[in-house]
Amino acid sequence: MRGMRRSMFIDGNTAAAYGVKLCKPDVICAYPITPQTPIVEHLAEFVARGELKAKYIPIEGEHSAMMATAAASATGVRVFTATSSQGLSYMQEGLFFASGYRLPIVMAVVNRSMGAPWTILAGHDDAIAQRDTGWIQVYCTRGQEILDMIIQAYRVAEDRRVMLPIMVCFEGFVVSHCYENVEVPGQEEVDDFLPPYDPPYKLDVDDPLIITTFAEADWWLGFKKLHDEAMEEAKKVIEEVDEEYAKRFGRRYGGLLGTYRCDDAKVVLITMGSLAITSRLIVDRFREQGVRLGLINLRVFRPFPRERLLKELEGVEAVCIVERNCSPGGYGGAVFNELRSTLYSSGLRPLILDYITGMGGRDVTPRELEEMVAHAVKSWREGRVEREVTWVFGRRKV
Amino acid sequence: MRRLTIKDLPEEEYYMPGNILCAGCGESLAMRLALKVLGKNTIVITVPGCASASLMMGACAVPLLVGPFAGGGALAAGVEAALAAKGRLEGVNVVAFIGDGGTADIGFQSLSSMVERGHDVLYICLDNEAYMNTGGQRSGTTPRGAATTTTPVGAALRGKPQHRKNMPLIMADHGAPYVATASIGFPLDYVEKVMKASRMRGPKYIQVLCPCPVGWGFRESDTVKLARLAVDAKVWPLYEVEYGVLKVTYEPRKPKPLKEYIAPQRRFNHFTEEDIKELEKLIEEEWRLLKLREKLTAEKA
Repeated sequence: MRGMRRSMFIDGNTAAAYGVKLCKPDVICAYPITPQTPIVEHLAEFVARGELKAKYIPIEGEHSAMMATAAASATGVRVFTATSSQGLSYMQEGLFFASGYRLPIVMAVVNRSMGAPWTILAGHDDAIAQRDTGWIQVYCTRGQEILDMIIQAYRVAEDRRVMLPIMVCFEGFVVSHCYENVEVPGQEEVDDFLPPYDPPYKLDVDDPLIITTFAEADWWLGFKKLHDEAMEEAKKVIEEVDEEYAKRFGRRYGGLLGTYRCDDAKVVLITMGSLAITSRLIVDRFREQGVRLGLINLRVFRPFPRERLLKELEGVEAVCIVERNCSPGGYGGAVFNELRSTLYSSGLRPLILDYITGMGGRDVTPRELEEMVAHAVKSWREGRVEREVTWVFGRRKV
Repeated sequence: MRRLTIKDLPEEEYYMPGNILCAGCGESLAMRLALKVLGKNTIVITVPGCASASLMMGACAVPLLVGPFAGGGALAAGVEAALAAKGRLEGVNVVAFIGDGGTADIGFQSLSSMVERGHDVLYICLDNEAYMNTGGQRSGTTPRGAATTTTPVGAALRGKPQHRKNMPLIMADHGAPYVATASIGFPLDYVEKVMKASRMRGPKYIQVLCPCPVGWGFRESDTVKLARLAVDAKVWPLYEVEYGVLKVTYEPRKPKPLKEYIAPQRRFNHFTEEDIKELEKLIEEEWRLLKLREKLTAEKA
């Protein structure tokens, strides 16, 4: 019954692997790194069992992983790779090439904080550090979403209006190793949704081309402008694909943003990744107390959903951002800075409070989230912000 | 079997003239000759270096992929795997043209693992014995004593202190089915090796000596002469290792004195008789081991 949907009790990494399998990549090339390793192992097993007809390259490091993956994609086939933290930064040079080549590579990034000091635990700092590499970045909250997003990612990346690589990000351990019931779609319905990759350009002896040439000064920036325009297009495509996916598979994520009780909200909590799940609980608690709190789950960080955010923040008086990244010597996290930059040219002037936490695997408990929101709500009631950026770590209270 | 002559080489060119490389460039000859015999059904991979500069700016008439410096082996592996996945590998040569820096130094890791995994790739190292594209810095294949811009000659240093890394044998010890050295001064020996390699499956490695007039400091008209002298003075042995069996493909009957090879090159200007003797000793030892290996592996064959 290969066309049937089935429910499986699996963790995030396994969900990623099943998502990849359904997309039938021709070449898989990755290097293991905690907490991503099980993805690589599951895929190797699918290939070894003959369930997935792909060439599997067990490569010697992430720089090579990205280059071999990009080269295979440039040869006109569907590809997949996965990595995490140190591995992601080790392949950084290749990330620029992969996006500059304009190739629809899908990569799972299991977010883990960067050494030093050493850690193998969650944090978004690894992927945020790669935001300028020209990749689309989607952040997932749970296993089902990972599986669904990997399938959607190929549709977005391979869309002729886009032709850009995508990182499907999810936090190490808290998402990658967390078990849940995941509905795995049937092969036939995925085949219908995702036709075989039809490359607009490829290395082909019957139609020679050069990938990539040396761009003279007059041209180089022009290439980047086109790249930027494709990112703008990706905003539309991501939302279209989310809509179509919802119709076919019954799960809608909201495209660029997921929102919860935002309609009449005066205070909005913004998070990325798994924090959005706990945050819904917090929103309900504050609503019970009569605080008009809403939640924005920032699903896509690149392209940054400026327009959608401005629309959602209309009438909002205070924003509370909780994020798992930091920039030492900067002021606040990446979401805080991008959002403030977005608001500057609009008429909107909500108070903005940024809470930096959850890196190096630090747990973010419901109680702490509640404290952060309470702190922000207090500022909103007083109509002024005493401290815009707060680091929440150790046993320290907000 | 009749020996190949230069007239037997196809007239078709896939490495185009009028490109940006220097007058007298040894690498351009190596690429031109190889592409002549490899022909149209070839995909070329290259990384930064003189080769890539010319190839990506229009000299390459077959499909070309240009990637970052350390990625040569991995890029080739990716192209090969993709072709294999689609059943398009049959009859197609996946060929890397990469300099000694991209091969022996920054790209060593990805080359090593590509060969170890056994991808069907012909990797041609265009060896001009230094980082010539950035102006002549020492590389892992620069011979002992040569002056480069990062091993200059002064009161405290007399050129590169170390001798070159033996890349061809390192590749042979990876278990590559075919490894060969070549010199553009011996074009038929070179193209025969390229043709032989292209008929074999798995990773093939050819290191071709490409004298560089600018980096070595000799007249542009003398490139081929230097490439011949390197072999005739026994500095650059010509051999192949086929499934582990080593065979010297050309040994000068009356070797030229090393001095004749050293004298016309600016990078050896500071060489004294003693320096020449020291280099001679290194070369003799290399040859001794080479002949020993030839004898040993011949028994296997």
